[in-house]
Amino acid sequence: MSDIVTVQLNDPGEGLTEAEIIEIRVQVGDRVEINDPIVTVETAKSAVELPSHVAGTVAAIHVAVGQEVPVGDPLLDIDTSGGGADGSAPASSADASAADADAGSAAGAVAGEAPAGAQAAAETGGDDAAAAAEEPKTLVGYGAAAPTARRRRRTAPSGDDQKQVPIDRILAKPPVRKMAKDLGVALHDVLATGPGGTVTREDVLAASQRALDGDFFPDDAPQAPEDLSGSMKAPRSQPFPGVTSDDSTTRVPIRSVRKRTAEAMVSSAFTAPHVTVFNEVDMTETMELIAQLKASREWSDIHISPLAVLARAVLVAIRRNPEVNASWDEDAQEIVYKHFVNLGIAAATPRGLIVPNIKDAHLMTLKELAQSITELAQTARAGKTTLSATRGGTITITNFGVFGIDSGTPILNPGESVIVGFGAIKEKPWVVDGRIEPRRICQLAVSFDHRLIDGALGSELLRDISAVLERPQLGLVWG
Amino acid sequence: MTVFRTSIPQAPQEEPTLRLLEADGTRHPHEELDAAIADVTAEQMRGFYRDMVMIRAADLEATNLQRQGQLGLWASALGQEGAQIGAGHACRPHDYLVPTYREHGIAWARGIEPWRLLEMFRGVSHLGWDPKALKTHPYMIVLGSQVPQGVGYAMGIKRDGLVDTGDPDKDTAVLTLFGDGASSEGEVSEGFTWAASFQTPTVFFTQNNQWAISVPTSVQTRVPLAQRSRGWGIPSARVDGNDVLGVLAATRIAMDAARSGGGPRFIEAVTYRMAAHTTSDDATRYRPSEEEESWRQKDPIKRLGAHLDSLDEIDDDFVKSCEAEGHDLAMELHHHIHALPDPDPREMFEYVYAEPHPLIEEERAQFEAFQAQFEEDE
Repeated sequence: MSDIVTVQLNDPGEGLTEAEIIEIRVQVGDRVEINDPIVTVETAKSAVELPSHVAGTVAAIHVAVGQEVPVGDPLLDIDTSGGGADGSAPASSADASAADADAGSAAGAVAGEAPAGAQAAAETGGDDAAAAAEEPKTLVGYGAAAPTARRRRRTAPSGDDQKQVPIDRILAKPPVRKMAKDLGVALHDVLATGPGGTVTREDVLAASQRALDGDFFPDDAPQAPEDLSGSMKAPRSQPFPGVTSDDSTTRVPIRSVRKRTAEAMVSSAFTAPHVTVFNEVDMTETMELIAQLKASREWSDIHISPLAVLARAVLVAIRRNPEVNASWDEDAQEIVYKHFVNLGIAAATPRGLIVPNIKDAHLMTLKELAQSITELAQTARAGKTTLSATRGGTITITNFGVFGIDSGTPILNPGESVIVGFGAIKEKPWVVDGRIEPRRICQLAVSFDHRLIDGALGSELLRDISAVLERPQLGLVWG
Repeated sequence: MTVFRTSIPQAPQEEPTLRLLEADGTRHPHEELDAAIADVTAEQMRGFYRDMVMIRAADLEATNLQRQGQLGLWASALGQEGAQIGAGHACRPHDYLVPTYREHGIAWARGIEPWRLLEMFRGVSHLGWDPKALKTHPYMIVLGSQVPQGVGYAMGIKRDGLVDTGDPDKDTAVLTLFGDGASSEGEVSEGFTWAASFQTPTVFFTQNNQWAISVPTSVQTRVPLAQRSRGWGIPSARVDGNDVLGVLAATRIAMDAARSGGGPRFIEAVTYRMAAHTTSDDATRYRPSEEEESWRQKDPIKRLGAHLDSLDEIDDDFVKSCEAEGHDLAMELHHHIHALPDPDPREMFEYVYAEPHPLIEEERAQFEAFQAQFEEDE
């Protein structure tokens, strides 16, 4: 006779709502004892080995490596009919109790100076052992202690089940609340589908997605095996979620950041007619300015980079050509001119391309910009960029120079009309006052949406950016 | 000459560490410490060995139970068994102990069975034992609070005339427990002030397990913790916390001093938290496995076992029977906790005040009305 016990995912931390399966330690047919590790999961806090609470034979496995499992979902089934070494047959349970009653008194015996307290302990131990021995039937139930009775409201809430809950009665676990906050989702806008009318993580995500019209960002799943180059030599054996490999190729499911990047690029490239203009810029004076700043005490703990100066130059140029800081509202048939600049900085992260932006960059000094860029890059590299940091951008800089590339034709970040590409700065022969001199040269590329920016305006923007970089003092005059 | 010092060496790092058992079990003679444990027999030492094995087995089982969804949280004391069993057995039944939430070995030595500890971690009761009968305060989650509470209790003992009576069955002291992290809390300093001013019969016992969650002790103090209390004029000593005999001896000396009107003492027991801070923590994120490995070499159980072996006072049968008992205890805990019924949720209103209170009554009524909205599914 089979006696199937389902092992479910319990909250292995405090208030966690799900975990990712990292490793399944058993196979169907394997014998497990109480406390044998069966599954390793990774939560937001740590990697945790989950021990079986029953002894028996693995009858079914309900999860796969890489899967995100909500707390409470079944992991695997164990057939306990075979009994086990510690399979709590009444006799063995009673034995254990008796042994432990002994244990209590023995502890008392060695307690040296604590005979009275220890004796009391031995007595209570005995009581408890007896109590435990009286309950063998429950004990055999493999921990199905007072089953958590599923409860429902006696009276159905009036109207639609998904009715909005009054704000002071919203039920959500702290991590879910935090998630909503991070995503900029108001809890009272969320349709609660969890048990007892609680707001779940999924509910928040769904609300966030609705709000963003498919603009979905966070995903902790790995994009691709990190040592993809290793795959060129040998087929992978270590499974990544959904990743398949053979001798010649590795196939990675299109998810999360990569998917979003692809959708954004396709939508952008096919809706906004792109025009790209290029210019070669003499960066020598900018580089001298940077060297001076680096040497000064005021800047000693700030990382000042050519990118920060470019950002400032772009902001100065936008000030002179504010029409470029706009977007095309197809639905409303309007052009929306922005009175602020949220300056996006495209960042290559291990999880793919993301474009967090610096809010209100037009109000910032060069120093504040430099600090913001450093923070933003660190956050992105650590994989901690929040969704809100990637929303509401107005103009973007992409720094392909860091890859040693001279130039390119950048594609607009959706909803924006200008993107500035920053090429590598290289020492080149340059004609200065009729003589050839070694100068620090880079290429700038500006792509713009030709629906609302004409070639003349786009060229003027690029020319102004270039001018500030070539003669930073112009920033004083124009800025 | 006493091992409890009142002055700080010119170079703070020259603070000695009291130790009777080396990591390899080698026994050092020490006039004062040896005198304090002259009565301890081989039989008792085997008892300490067994105590440490048992509490470790219970501790590991509690972690498993948390992973099985049976406990909300567990704070493991793995690696600290020597400090706790030694200090716990240094107390007499009528002494009073004020613990943190990581004193499972202390509790064991006081005769509190592990399943009583787990009730709080399961969230079915505030406390699994009678603190008055067992003279052991409830586990206190708020760290640092142990010190003023312990000092206050000791002030009461003194006023009750239970100090320096010359009657060992009457003379009483308080053992107050806290960790290296808690030692940085302001309450500890305040408690030291009161203890020193009133010369209370309090022994402050810090298990320096090297990590305050993810903060190493080196960040919290520039001098050995043992030296801290000397500024208050509270004599103190540092002892190897993984040496159960050294801890027992030092704590007995301190408790005797306190009981006989000698005022407070402070002990820093140097040990190591082998597990993560709690089941919600991942220690691999902040400390290297080499460090854990180096402390594994200083294990308190192995150490006492090696010493007993050198005395020819331990054999494989005993070691195996301890292990088997530990396993049985773990299984007993397993079944006991899995079978533990949920209490009536209304119980939470029972112990807020000793006497009826209108606000609590109102909240109880609200809660009952809320509960009445639901029906059992099955």
